[in-house]
Amino acid sequence: MRTDDPSRRRLLFGGVALGTGAVLAACTGNSQNNSSNDSGQTKVNAGDNAAPGKAITMGFSAPAADHGWIRAITDNATKQAALYKDVTLTKVDAGKDAPAQVAAIQTLIQQKPDVIVLLPQDGAQLTSAGKAAMGAGIPVVNLDREFSDPGASRLLIKGDNYGMGLAAGQYIGAKLKGKTNPVIAEIAGIDNLPLTQDRSRGFRDGLAQYGLKVTNRVAAQFTVQSGQDVTANLLQAAPKIDAIWNHDDDQGVGVLAAIKQAGRSEFFMVGGAGSLDAMQHIKSGDSPLVATVTYPPTMASSAVSLARLIAQGKGMSDLVELQVPKQIVLTSETITKDNVDKYLPLGFKS
Amino acid sequence: MIDVAARPTPAATERTSWWRSDGSEPVKRNLGLVGVLVLLLIVGMVTRSDIFLNGNRLWNNELTVLTQASSIGVITIGMTFVMIGGGIDLSVGALLALASVWSTTVATQSYGAGVMIFAALVVGTVSGLINGILISYGRMVPFIATLATMVAARGLAQKISGKLTQIVRVESINKIAEWKPLGIPLLVIIFLVAAVLAWILLNRTTFGRRTVAIGGNPEAARLAGINLRRHTLTLYALSGLCCGIAAVMVTAQATAGSSDHGNLYELQAIAAAIIGGTALTGGRGTIVGSVLGVLVFTQIYNLFIVKNLQTEYQLIAQGIIIVAAVVIQQFRVAALRRPAPPGA
Repeated sequence: MRTDDPSRRRLLFGGVALGTGAVLAACTGNSQNNSSNDSGQTKVNAGDNAAPGKAITMGFSAPAADHGWIRAITDNATKQAALYKDVTLTKVDAGKDAPAQVAAIQTLIQQKPDVIVLLPQDGAQLTSAGKAAMGAGIPVVNLDREFSDPGASRLLIKGDNYGMGLAAGQYIGAKLKGKTNPVIAEIAGIDNLPLTQDRSRGFRDGLAQYGLKVTNRVAAQFTVQSGQDVTANLLQAAPKIDAIWNHDDDQGVGVLAAIKQAGRSEFFMVGGAGSLDAMQHIKSGDSPLVATVTYPPTMASSAVSLARLIAQGKGMSDLVELQVPKQIVLTSETITKDNVDKYLPLGFKS
Repeated sequence: MIDVAARPTPAATERTSWWRSDGSEPVKRNLGLVGVLVLLLIVGMVTRSDIFLNGNRLWNNELTVLTQASSIGVITIGMTFVMIGGGIDLSVGALLALASVWSTTVATQSYGAGVMIFAALVVGTVSGLINGILISYGRMVPFIATLATMVAARGLAQKISGKLTQIVRVESINKIAEWKPLGIPLLVIIFLVAAVLAWILLNRTTFGRRTVAIGGNPEAARLAGINLRRHTLTLYALSGLCCGIAAVMVTAQATAGSSDHGNLYELQAIAAAIIGGTALTGGRGTIVGSVLGVLVFTQIYNLFIVKNLQTEYQLIAQGIIIVAAVVIQQFRVAALRRPAPPGA
């Protein structure tokens, strides 16, 4: 048994711990991180519809942000609502899973908002909640993850996962036209999600238009670390690659890191979603990333605008109809060096 | 399982060479895992001969396997100490995430690479100390205490980062994952140095002996005069330090800090330690076994991607290997415990 005086040791150790804690707390804050510059992600057009109308309350529910894209969804909705003087946004926490969100929506219905914007944890499981709201006379704007029953929403506004894959496949196909047996790799996201399967199906179809097919396919988890991990191994599997499509720009940070660490540059890469970081790489040309196909979180801003029109009984000014349409599917746009400047304001922070 | 009070068996006293043993278990118990690794390489040679029979490409591929194994390897080494000491640390993945996020905030990055690394190591160690205090002085069950810190640390990491990916702008941090002195990636060197230091700590110091004693029979260890609380505290701080080191490695590899880093690392580390022969009940385990356990899992992962197979098969294969390894160990333990036949 050691015979050192424990109290003195403890005092010394405690002092060191406290000191480092104080130093860390003082100099490792993150204040500058939150000053996001997304002036282009929300928008109010001039025109009759912009003029303040009947004051409305809007309910909003989206899953907690576990990912840059979802975070951008909530941010955009909040900021867009703030642009309208006649809109009061009531956000309800979506909880941890679909049943929790169902309960949250039921509470929201009790508060009788004029309209609800809802990005479900799971489209099928939230369908009954959508129906209940519609039944109570509250129009529901279904954001991105589709209900299993079209009657559960007044408006569906969503991105196009299949179209995203198709656009990436067509872009790669056009660039590789005429090459014999090119090596085309696909880095998917979480493989058991329908959205990943839709993207992969679109990618196959897009390549097929040029008589090409995917030679190597790996699946990551939409996280930076998993992107780095699968790519490091993928690059060993294929010593020479012609093109890579990576489904998601968030995991793309890791994908690009692995490519740099392996010192590879013989191929070009297409991203997915359209994050600010990806656009900056496309603009500067400092990496194999030459294009990205969008799946824009600005759809939340549009959803808030349209929900407002629905609640006020107005239509979209460019359409002849007096009411907002039933369904809007955003097109997936291909961003390259040529048009990146136009899209930069829409890039979200991953 | 070591019994502190037992007198040494004749076999143990005979073995007096420097390599006599690793954590009081024969080195050859790890031969099974070496066999699995060889088997995996043979599968590779048969199915992807262009990689596994080409010297240069094989070398590059195996360096990739070692690099991808390095961060989870360092975590598993810390986990091995905790498990030999009779505990478990479920918070390792979350501590890694917290340390990576803390060291990559805009403010921390502005102080440069040195402060970033220091911050990661301190955050890891202090969080490990909190685990240790909860367990040894708060008398909490390790499973519960580290479950709590796992959830809390992941939440704190999300709070600090605002769930954004914090891209590292300090180039010298990213260089950690790119630098290859003498052709060996620096990350692999860090992993190997950590493994060698851990081996010495476990097998050649009183600290290591005490760890085995505490895990094997805490009451006997206490009666033998070991300060259980302080030792347990140190073990969890060590595991936390390993998380801090791994956080720097992962941050460099991913060129970003994120609250998603180290997802499910706790399960991977426990699984690797267990197939490496570490007992969940404590008192038994080896560094060499844990390192081999990590390499087996990483090699399987690599093989599946190289063969362009879907990941679900790989998960099934991992499950089968865990079951097989534990079953084999139980047979071995049973064989060790059988009384020597008369006349032997």
